[in-house]
Amino acid sequence: MIRFITRRTLGAAVTLVIIAAVTFFLFFAVPADPARLACGKVCPPELLEQARHNLGLDQPLFAQFLAWLTGIFTGRDYEGLGRCPAPCLGFSFVNRAPVWETILDRLPLTVSLTIGAATVFFTFGVATGVVAALRQGRPLDKIASVSSLIGASVQIYFAGTLALYYLVYKNHILRQPKYVPFTEDPVGWLSGLALPWVVLAIIFTANYTRMTRSTMVEQLGEDYVRTARAKGMPGRSVVMRFALRGTMIPIVTIFGVDLGTLIGGAIITEQTFGLQGLGQLSIRAVTNSDLPMLMATVLVAAGAIVVFNIIVDVMYAVIDPRVRLS
Amino acid sequence: MDLTVLRWFPQIPLSILYRSAILLGGSRTMTIPAPAATAVEAPVVKPPETVGRSPGQLMWLRFRRDRTGVVSAIVVIFFFLVALLAPVISWAYGKDPYVLYGQDIPGLLNDYGYPVGANGGISSEFWFGIEPSLGRDVFTQLVYGIRTSLLIAVVATVFTTMIGIVMGIAAGYSGGKTDYLIGRLIDTMLSFPSVLFIIAFMPVVENLFVKSNEETPIWLRAVTLVIVLTLFGWAGLARLLRGQVLSLREREFVEAARVTGASPARIVFKELLPNLWTPILIQATLLLPALVTSEAALSFLGVGMPEAIPDWGRMFLRGTEVYRDDITYLIFPGAALLIFVIAFNLLGDSVRDAFDPKLKR
Repeated sequence: MIRFITRRTLGAAVTLVIIAAVTFFLFFAVPADPARLACGKVCPPELLEQARHNLGLDQPLFAQFLAWLTGIFTGRDYEGLGRCPAPCLGFSFVNRAPVWETILDRLPLTVSLTIGAATVFFTFGVATGVVAALRQGRPLDKIASVSSLIGASVQIYFAGTLALYYLVYKNHILRQPKYVPFTEDPVGWLSGLALPWVVLAIIFTANYTRMTRSTMVEQLGEDYVRTARAKGMPGRSVVMRFALRGTMIPIVTIFGVDLGTLIGGAIITEQTFGLQGLGQLSIRAVTNSDLPMLMATVLVAAGAIVVFNIIVDVMYAVIDPRVRLS
Repeated sequence: MDLTVLRWFPQIPLSILYRSAILLGGSRTMTIPAPAATAVEAPVVKPPETVGRSPGQLMWLRFRRDRTGVVSAIVVIFFFLVALLAPVISWAYGKDPYVLYGQDIPGLLNDYGYPVGANGGISSEFWFGIEPSLGRDVFTQLVYGIRTSLLIAVVATVFTTMIGIVMGIAAGYSGGKTDYLIGRLIDTMLSFPSVLFIIAFMPVVENLFVKSNEETPIWLRAVTLVIVLTLFGWAGLARLLRGQVLSLREREFVEAARVTGASPARIVFKELLPNLWTPILIQATLLLPALVTSEAALSFLGVGMPEAIPDWGRMFLRGTEVYRDDITYLIFPGAALLIFVIAFNLLGDSVRDAFDPKLKR
């Protein structure tokens, strides 16, 4: 098991370096003047010179990449602008601060948003999927499939804004979405993020319901389920202990992918509800042409995806013993 | 399990969905009906004498019997007609999407720039109301917006599909080093955070064409959108087709062709490609609504088509700005997009069923 995890982690590290390299070369090699891009649209000449020097544009591209890469571990000095301590993903010339600081500042919101929404859509989606599979063809199943069709076709900027209007602005049922750290005020944290969670959940649940239903139907037809039934196991245990376990494998896959994507930035959700998370940060970086910030957010997002891929693989091994043996 | 994930989840993280679909064995279960085998099953309705029908005719017959499919096809065609005939519609309706009616005609907008009439200023004159502050006609905005979004999505779908086909077949058929390289490329593409990357990539691609201090021309923005959507969309299809080609390559008819001395080009075009049209068409049907929503999302985030050009997605951006005072402005584009995506998803289902009746839903 330990070997398995180590091997996957090493593989992930390689993937991350590749993604970092691709990001770096695409953004730095392609545009006409990276210094201007890095500096932003409104850029005084002396700052432009500074940026050019700090980016080391006189050096070969590969040396620049190495400097950026080592900066992540050792930190870097930006003359005249200040020091960028250890996990130095770059220095934002727009904010005049190391990008990592800003990212750390925004991360708790995005993580809270993800965890809350994921809890809701995972439990709700799997539960409705199991019920639909057990009630195949009955009214409940039909309701589940129609509502998941609609849920999957709804766009968050539409559903979210309608919810904002009818639930918050007009009828004051929920609070205006707002982030309060959990450690400061748990109730405020919960009520502040309830609406985004619910709206995200509506959209994601559909996917889980569909997947759980179809996999469950498949699993219920498997020989081992029939054997368990034949030996007189109660129906509930057959579903819970046998069929559900088999069902979880594909579900865990998409769950891992969804978590990674959401942490990397539930961009549209944050934009819809006006929450200042990682996604907003990257949008702002694009509109300000804040290149170092943009690269850092891309890298963090890719990192989240890669990390959750490892977790998914480990979960496979936990759920399905056959994976561990091979 | 088939590629249901995709059609049930047409939001943006396209590449990710592809990946999960494929992880789930999507490529394995998508069986390809061999033309000969299907032709034998032809007499479905017991005609007086056996009629030979091509797979295409059979597909059409099955599709016509699927009521949901026909209805959703009509809805989809309706949207395309609206897009195509936008100038005709706006001519018959007597308005165009650029004129600021609310500012030209007094009494339409109040002092705060919101429509005076109830429900966003809906009237027999302005069917879907008036846009707040600028005072443009919402109906023509939507009609022309659908035109813009569909145009970009259709072009992007065509390119995505073409690149997907070329890369998938190249990897699957040639094998060896080419396959390894393309395979790694596909894997890397799929582990990029696609939404974020698309957004991040917009200024980079634009910088290829214009200097950063110049104004970006509108056609260029459209081209950029097509490029980024294509760039981050092809990998899923390529992976799917690669898997298909890998299994087709070992089939007897390909071997037979090779033994008789057929050139690689002939094998690819005459032996492999005819067997791949089914998955390609199904994927393209799923890809299009996904790209429409992607394009809309990009506009919503403010990196899509710029102002003055009517755009479906940008109506959401404006709609979320003014929703507190004028929710109607958001409802029309929103409802239209919802209907469009649902219809397309159902159509995708039906196309798949029609092509492959054996496939379990």
